[in-house]
This record gives sequence, C-alpha cells and structure tokens, in this order.
Amino acid sequence: MTSDLIRSTAAELAARIASREVSAVEVAQAHLDRIGEVDGAVNAFLHVDTEGALKAARKVDEDIAAGAHVGPLAGVPVALKDVLTTEGVPTTVGSKILEGWVPPYDATVTRRLKEAGVVILGKTNMDEFAMGSSTENSAYGPTHNPWDLDRIPGGSGGGSAAALAAFEAPLSIGTDTGGSIRQPGAVTGTVGVKPTYGGVSRYGLVAFSSSLDQAGPCARTVLDAALLHEVIAGYDPMDSTSINAPVPPVVAAAREGANGDLTGVRVGVVTQFSGDGYQPGVLRSFEAAVAQLKQLGAEIVEVSCPSFDYALPAYYLIAPSEASSNLARFDAMRYGIRVGDDSTRSAEEVMSLTREAGFGPEVKRRIMIGTYALSSGYYDAYYGSAQKVRTLISRDFEAAFATVDVLVSPTTPTTAFPIGERAGDPMAMYKADLCTIPANLAGNAAMSVPSGLSDEDGLPVGLQIMAPALQDHRMYRVAAAYEVARDAALGAPVIQGVPQLAGAAR
Amino acid sequence: MTSVHELMDYAEVIERFDPVLGLEVHVELHTNTKMFCGCANVFGGEPNTQVCPTCLGLPGALPALNGKAVESAIRIGLALNCEIAEWCRFARKNYFYPDMPKNFQTSQYDEPIAYNGYLDVTLDDGSLFRVEIERAHMEEDTGKSLHVGGATGRIHGAEHSLLDYNRAGVPLIEIVTKTISGTGERAPEVARAYVTALRDLLKALDVSDVRMDQGSLRCDANVSLMAKDATEFGTRTETKNVNSLRSVERAVRFEMTRQAAVLVAGGKVTQETRHFDESTGSTSPGRTKETAEDYRYFPEPDLVPIAPSREWVEELRGTLPELPWERRKRVQQEWSLTDAELRDLVNAGAVDLVAATVDAGVTPAEARSWWVAYLTKEANNRGVELSELAITPVQIARVIGLVNSGELTNKLAREVVTGVLDGEGEPEAVIEARGLKVVSDDSALEKAVDEALAAQPDVAAKIRDGKVAAAGAIVGAVMKATKGQADAKRVRELIIARCS
Repeated sequence: MTSDLIRSTAAELAARIASREVSAVEVAQAHLDRIGEVDGAVNAFLHVDTEGALKAARKVDEDIAAGAHVGPLAGVPVALKDVLTTEGVPTTVGSKILEGWVPPYDATVTRRLKEAGVVILGKTNMDEFAMGSSTENSAYGPTHNPWDLDRIPGGSGGGSAAALAAFEAPLSIGTDTGGSIRQPGAVTGTVGVKPTYGGVSRYGLVAFSSSLDQAGPCARTVLDAALLHEVIAGYDPMDSTSINAPVPPVVAAAREGANGDLTGVRVGVVTQFSGDGYQPGVLRSFEAAVAQLKQLGAEIVEVSCPSFDYALPAYYLIAPSEASSNLARFDAMRYGIRVGDDSTRSAEEVMSLTREAGFGPEVKRRIMIGTYALSSGYYDAYYGSAQKVRTLISRDFEAAFATVDVLVSPTTPTTAFPIGERAGDPMAMYKADLCTIPANLAGNAAMSVPSGLSDEDGLPVGLQIMAPALQDHRMYRVAAAYEVARDAALGAPVIQGVPQLAGAAR
Repeated sequence: MTSVHELMDYAEVIERFDPVLGLEVHVELHTNTKMFCGCANVFGGEPNTQVCPTCLGLPGALPALNGKAVESAIRIGLALNCEIAEWCRFARKNYFYPDMPKNFQTSQYDEPIAYNGYLDVTLDDGSLFRVEIERAHMEEDTGKSLHVGGATGRIHGAEHSLLDYNRAGVPLIEIVTKTISGTGERAPEVARAYVTALRDLLKALDVSDVRMDQGSLRCDANVSLMAKDATEFGTRTETKNVNSLRSVERAVRFEMTRQAAVLVAGGKVTQETRHFDESTGSTSPGRTKETAEDYRYFPEPDLVPIAPSREWVEELRGTLPELPWERRKRVQQEWSLTDAELRDLVNAGAVDLVAATVDAGVTPAEARSWWVAYLTKEANNRGVELSELAITPVQIARVIGLVNSGELTNKLAREVVTGVLDGEGEPEAVIEARGLKVVSDDSALEKAVDEALAAQPDVAAKIRDGKVAAAGAIVGAVMKATKGQADAKRVRELIIARCS
C-alpha cells in the first residue's frame, strides 16, 4: 500500500484522493513514513513539517467529504526548496546565517500551493543561497543522489530532486538561477522546469540573483510538472517583474504531447553544446533522444548560437554582482544569527563577525567577485560587458526561434559526479551549468526531461528543451511526446531504475 | 569636542572670494502608503508598527512601486520646469548602515525621472534669481536610529542604539540644484530664498507636508569658495541637519566665513560632511571616512523600468495648480498692491490666509492689515508660523465685520482675537465671556463725559472757546473710564455737543 502510494504520479494520487479511494492523510503519512525511513541516507530535507502536512491533508479530506470543489492537485504532497518562505516554518536557504529563522510570511508560491490544497511536507536541502551545482555547499551537509549515495544530486536544488528520486515526494518546487532546477533533474532522472522569467512570482523567494532567479515545478513525469506549474504560475502584483499575462496552457500541451505526434514541430539542436568536456555517454543519450524526436515526426535542424560560448563568464559576473547586494541584508540586525554582540562591540563589528561566521566559502567568494565587479572603475568592464553579452544571447535565441519551435541540448555535460570530486575546483563545478545558463540570461523557458541512462556509468542523463518566453507549453508538448516514446523504447520509466534504498519499504 | 573656529569678517570674505553653492533637498511625499509596500506613510506612531516584510527588508520580500509617488515626482519635475524622462530605472545604492533594512537604498542614479529645470526665486528686495535644477529623483527613506547614552545624541559615544523602521521606505524626492554661482554676498539669502520657494511650490502641489521641523523637508548645503582670481572651484563641504529656513541661511554664511579663514591662513578646506548646530549657529565635522565610499550603483533588478507615456505627462501637467509666483502676480494686480506691499505679504507667508479672509467677505486691505500687521506679531510672540495660529480666516472676517458695524472698536477687536488665539472659543463667545461690547448707550456715555469735563475744567473751557482739538484729552479720560468699550468717535461727538 505504502509503496504503491509513494510510487504513484501526482496525477494518479490526485484522482484517487478526489474519488476518496485514499485519503490525503494516508498519502501524506505514507510520504512522511518514507522520509523517516530513507532521509537519514539521502538528506533531502532540512525540515519536515509533519504536523503542518497532516493538518493540511485533513483539511483536504474534509473539503472533499463536504463536496467542495478542490484543485487538480488537492491532497498531493510537495517538497519545498528551503529558499521559499513559509510562515511559521523555518527557512534557512541552506545557510548558517539564517539558522532558526522562522518567517512571518508565506512566499506567493507557498500561498498558492496552500490555496490549491497541495500538502507541504517540508523544506528541502540546497546549496547555500542556491550557489552551487552539487548541494555540497549546504551548511547542513550534502544531499546524496538516490541513484548512488556517493554521488551528488546536482544543485542547488539537490534536495528537491533527490526527494523525487527517493520517492519521498511526488512533487517538489525548485528555483533555477543558472540551472538549479534542470541540472539536478538531469542527474537524478527527474523532470525539472524553469518557467519563463516572470511566469512564477519571486515574492518570498530569498534572492540570489534577482534578474535570473525563477521558481519552477519538479516532478517524476512531464504531466505532473505541468499540473504543478499551473498551480504556482501567474501574475502577482507583489513582484513587479512578474508578467501580467495568462499562464501558458502547459497541462493541455502535456496531454496533447502524450499522443506522441510531433509532426510539423521544428526542433533546433544547439551546435555549441557538444565536444570537449561532454561525457561521451551523455552525448550518445542526447543523440538517441534527437533520433526519437525525429521518429515522432519532428523536423530536426542544427542551430548555431555563437554567443552562448560567453554565457558562463557573463553569468559569473551578473549573478555574483546581484548577490553581493542581495545578501547585504544579512547583517544580524533584524533576523538570523548574531555573532559577537557582547555589548562592547559596535554594530559594524557585529555585522562583520556575523557575516564571517554565517556565510560559507562559496557565498563569500561570490560576494567578493560581485563587489569587485560593481566597483567604481570596474563596473563598465565587468558588469557592463556582461549585460551586453546578455543582450547578444537574447538575440541568438530570437534568431533561433525565428526558424525553430524549440531548441534542444544535453542538460548538463556529465552525469552525477562523486561527492567531493569538484568541491575544491570552482571552475569545474561551474561548468555543470554550461548548457542551462543561456536560458536564465535570456529569461526564456527551459526544462530537463530524463533521456535514459548513460551507457558507460548507468546514471541518468537529461535532455534540455528550451522555448521562447511565454511559450512554455511548446516544450511541455515536446517533452511529453518524448517521454512516451522513451518509456516505450526502454520498456519502463527511467525513474524505475533507482536502486532500493536501505530501509526502504517493500 | 567643540572646536573653536577662526571666522573671517563677512565683508572681507566677499571681497576676497566668490561663494559657490549646491543645494540638495529631500522631500518626503505624503502618499497614503510607502514607496514600495502597502504600509501606512504617517509621521510619528509607535516605533516599528508601520512595517511589513518589504520595508523591513526580510529575506524574499520584494518592492512594488507606488504609482502615486511616481505621479508626484513627475508633477514636481514639471513644476520645476524639468524634462521628464521617457524611460528611467531605479538603482541600488549599496552601503551598510543599521537603519537601512536591505543595506542598500533603492534610489535613482544616472537615470533620474526629471532633469534639467529651474526655479526662479524672489529675493528680499523683490528681485528674481534663477536657480537651475540638475535633477529630481525618487528614492526611499531609511529608518531612524536613536542613540542612547552619549552626550550628544549622536552615534559617537552612545551606549546603545534603538532602531525604528516606521520611516523606512517612505517615498522621497531628492531635488538637486546645479552649481549656484554669481550670488556674491547674497549667497546665504539665495539659499534661504530657494528653499522657501521650493517649500511653497511643494505645498501648492500638495505632495508633501513640507515640515522642516518634522524632517519632511530636509536640506543639505554644499558650500565652497573660489578666490577672486581662481579658475577652478574650491573644495566643498556638505552641511547636514539644517532644519529650518533660517538655518539654511545661517549655515551657508557660517561655512563661508569658516572656510575663508581656513584658506587665508594657508590651510586647505577638507572635503567632508558637516553637522549644523542650531544653538550655536556653527557647523562641526561629521564622522570622517578614511576612504571615499563606493556605492556600487547598479540598476535595481527587482523593479521594471518606468516609462511614463507622454500622454500621462501632459495629463499631469494639466493638474498643476496655480504656482506660488503666478498667484502672487495675480493677487498683486487684483488687490492693487505695490511691490513693497506684496513683498511684506509674501514674507509674512500670508497670501493664502489673506485670500481666504477676502473670500469670507472683507476687503483685501482690511484682511491684510490684520494678517500682516497684527497677527504676524502675534505669531512671532507665540513662536509659531502664521498659518499655525489658532484662528481661521473666517473668524478674522467676522471680527472685521463687527468692527465695520460698530459693535467692536479696533482695540476691542484685538482683544477678541487674542481670546480666540488663547483658545477661548469663537469670537462671539469671547465677546460674551469678556464683556467686550461697545458701550453705545448715550446716557451712560454722557454721564462719563460730564464727569470727565468736571474733572478737567480748564480743558472744558478751551473746548467751549472753540479749541476742538483739546477734546482729545477728554476722549482719553472717557475711554479710560469705560475701559475702552466706548466708540471714541461717538464720545468726541458727545463732548462737542456738551460744550457748545
């Protein structure tokens, strides 16, 4: 029974809860039990809100019993990345500096989930302030990849991806600044979507890089991601960068795509994302995926986006610059930890000691890079040039989307690497986001869908699909069609290949 | 702490140097809500009660721009004859300070909403001086620090500090002048006249309370001196905490005399922020910084650019009220005032009050004589602004009406007004309570006249001889006997009748 519930898709669970075949409380409890069994090994969660989850589930059961109209995901559990505020529930952003902080308000995403009756199980682990590609930068210990506990689950949203792969939650929320939803999705064999920038409100998303951050849905199937997408997306007057336009019809697109016909769809293969630094097994998986898209009727063309070669350096100027300013507020004056306040030290000294103790090395590195890039005399050369590159990347996307409907590439150049392997080499770590960063810089939609396992190491590989801004539904259609064909070819969903975890229920 | 300043005689300063000014005025808008959140924008209030995640800078909170503040900024820009940007952005000014919740101030940097304007200000002799405006831009106010334990109330030497974030996020417009030169000895006067004109303008626009005492209008004065033969500007100081119109003038004058003494002694003016002390009229250095602050400005990524349509700007231009100087020109004509009379009226801050009194049915001359002469003195005695006196134009008009109908003498009328100012109620109630009716009963007056004539037989004889001018002494005696409640004109008539 439990195994049945935790391995179900969100769509199936929602239908069974709505028909009162199972209760939302049973579903929540099954997932809470699973977390209790395996999370000691996985460390996907920083905080499990048992009481809050059961209470929310009970409310859904009562509403259904009373005949009330409930949303399409009512009663389905979700794991929330610890970068989104939750009223009354701790929010740490994976950092020591916010240890013990309990926000007095809900992020808009949190509020929308609650209003839709989605049951929040808890908060997931992440690289500190979403800075990283392995979740090793969390102040609360790394998350382990359920495919191989000695490997990284990707980052920064490693907790949200691992929770799906470990069957601790059928849905999760991530945030993607340079690939933090898609790259973890790729290395854990799950689906991760970065919606169009402005598609999902950032209100209550603790900022890393304001012009790049975007929250999005994570799931084990394309349809589940689409269902969650529609719950969290939409205009929010509290976020002035939120787009005041209808939410793209992503659920309809996912259902349409599942018919398996991509006739007339033009798919562009980005030629820049190949060659040196790409694991051969990843490239072979990608080529197989492209071949399958062609079989589904899609027209495949090669597209060159020359400015994408400069995306990574531009990103590592823009994101740290904004971060250096966004993280200035963590000064021990109003919230979070306070270090050195012995009534002899000045406020300035306390700020300084707190920041020294509260931030980890990667966060400090980026604050310093960003502070430098914005300094007078360097601004034009660094931040200014990076913004110009950003414009060029947007133009490359525009030119590409003038001839194709979607673009595809591998999501990340390699499969999950061993924990510790790149910890001392920031540049090697940064390269994990090589393919995902352009979509953040341009603000358009992008997602990762599993493309099977790499033939050399048996670990999951992700196919990235990119669409123009506000055309999120295009990529859902392609992803859903591909998902069906892939499962048919492999004989089973990729996620079924996850090994049994120690202590897992049978 | 107090340093003794060498000061140069002002006339000598002017002989040897040309003063150069730059004035930065911060205006708090009186919008209902703050710049970027829905918190109430009210002065005072229990500390930390007008706050929310956004204005406290809580993790995850975002700003959402107050459209009314943008509207006010554009109206101010238009009234200052500025160009209005077709597209502009906010920027972050990054620096650490405990009363700034995000440790950056959301402001505008190189893309102000309004730029390149001017304000013509009237000097004391009635002449006009054009102050050019560099820019007017939007920003948010910071919280307030209260330093406890030190002698000065400043951070230096304080034992601890309390923070109140009620003011954090209140919309501000910063109006910056271009370099003001060519004023000569009138530099301090120009500075005061500019801030006065700006205050009147902002009041007419109804965008701010413009209360310097409450900080809703704040002026920073940049002052430097140029030797007569110099070709480049001298080093400037920026004086803060200038909290009244008079202080603006005093602070500029003080800095001129202080800097001149430093320069003449062979010293160099230090570029620094200085603090004005109302009680001594002097300035003292603020906290000096080892290195120049680098604010690392960059465009605010949490807010979308502002692109006010030209249609909207023109619509707002149509909402501009009659501006103070236009109004002055009009009342001068309508009320037939000489330049000197107008200046007195303006200097007294009485234009609106007189106009309202005229609207209540009296002549401009009558209204002016009350507000400019008598009530201005009362306001000075009571240490308040004329407009803050506890009497309304309608009440003054009623008192004038009672004088015109003979029910009050001028002297009694002043007593009635004093009673109203002292909080004794409406004029009629004061008259009743103080028993201030004119004695118009002839029999009572005749009795008093007879007594006065009997008491001064020699004067009475003179009057009987036709020396009518002598009647004044008897009038005085009668007025004294009736405690001023008699109509002097009627008394005189009775005296002459009695003596003929």
